Amino acid sequence: MNSSEKVHEVVIVGSGPAGYTAAIYAARAQLSPLLYEGSVTAGGALMNTTEVENFPGFTDGVMGPDLMDSMRKQAERFGTKLITDDIVEMNLAPEVKVLKDGSGNTILARSVILATGSAYREIGLPNEKRLSGRGVSWCATCDGFFFRDQKIAVVGGGDSAVEEATFLTRFASKVVLIHRRDALRASKIMAERAFANPKIEFIWNSEVVDVLGENKVDALQLRNTITGELSTQEFSGLFVAIGHSPRNELILGQITTDAQGYVKVEECSTRTNLTGVFACGDLVDHVYRQAITAAGSGCQAALDAERFLSHS
Amino acid sequence: MSALEHVTTSTFDEVVLKSSTPVLVDFWAEWCGPCRAVAPILEEIARDHSDKIKIVKLNTDEESAIAIKYGITSIPTLNVFVNGSIVKSIIGAKPKPALLKELEAYI
Repeated sequence: MNSSEKVHEVVIVGSGPAGYTAAIYAARAQLSPLLYEGSVTAGGALMNTTEVENFPGFTDGVMGPDLMDSMRKQAERFGTKLITDDIVEMNLAPEVKVLKDGSGNTILARSVILATGSAYREIGLPNEKRLSGRGVSWCATCDGFFFRDQKIAVVGGGDSAVEEATFLTRFASKVVLIHRRDALRASKIMAERAFANPKIEFIWNSEVVDVLGENKVDALQLRNTITGELSTQEFSGLFVAIGHSPRNELILGQITTDAQGYVKVEECSTRTNLTGVFACGDLVDHVYRQAITAAGSGCQAALDAERFLSHS
Repeated sequence: MSALEHVTTSTFDEVVLKSSTPVLVDFWAEWCGPCRAVAPILEEIARDHSDKIKIVKLNTDEESAIAIKYGITSIPTLNVFVNGSIVKSIIGAKPKPALLKELEAYI
């Protein structure tokens, strides 16, 4: 439909701490960035969290959505053009990059910063999909409320699993954390909080192999990862927190990724294999995955883009 | 606030179940981020397709009896009612093109 001839200096795809920080820096560098926030994913993963206690500068913590709202306004204040739509197609190899958005507009750019983040990983069971929204959930802050006084399971062993389990004790009568190893991967402070919570129980060395129930979750079938023994336990809900997958659908085949699909960048930079294309945040990082590291890499991406534009 | 009509226990029968046209009920709550994200998209769809489908909102905090009756455990849930029965259930916030595709048969 609309095809504007204007070639933007920099287009940022994806919001969240990485995208918004890149926008703040690019806007202050007078690059008039265009930021595609995503139509339903604006703000990124932090929009589904509650209290963020470890973002420097907030002595008493800050609510994830409030933090994102502040970053968004800060980006806007310096002249970022925010667009609440999705990018649905990207051709990143040419000197002038061509992007298409969900409303059919074509956008041209000399440089692109990829900050599309990651999405919740599914266990991959047929009944998990069938019963999603019927007891299977990926978002404790969205859905925990509906499990008041019920016994629910959380699968996973990292920070997000432990955080979800702790949050869910506000509603549930009992939260059982199921983990395939015999120790948590979560940070010590989070783990200790969970161990001290009388509503949280643990099932170690076990994985969920089936979700049972006709129209809603009734029970889970578990397999002991050491003995292989199968067992069934009644639960009315299952919260899946087994990690994330990079949201790379639009760039696979163009941008070099590692075996898990995370974008590869040149060491100590955010440069991808394509000239003028930079990547930051959870799309790149599966090691640290923090709001502050994402913000830091967003800053790097904007500085790398700025340097690239001034030399080309 | 939203331009869409809010249904309650006392209006649900009349507005949703007895409607002669399809009705999409958006089960939502104030504290749900994805619900807020999808709200403006629903308003656009309601405006563009007002001749075919009616879109209303149901606050699951205030009207929990209806949410429980329809087994809502995840929001947003978008249920399409035709002649009093659910013919389509969409769970989670989705971009406009994806929603339009799911609602193809009713708009």
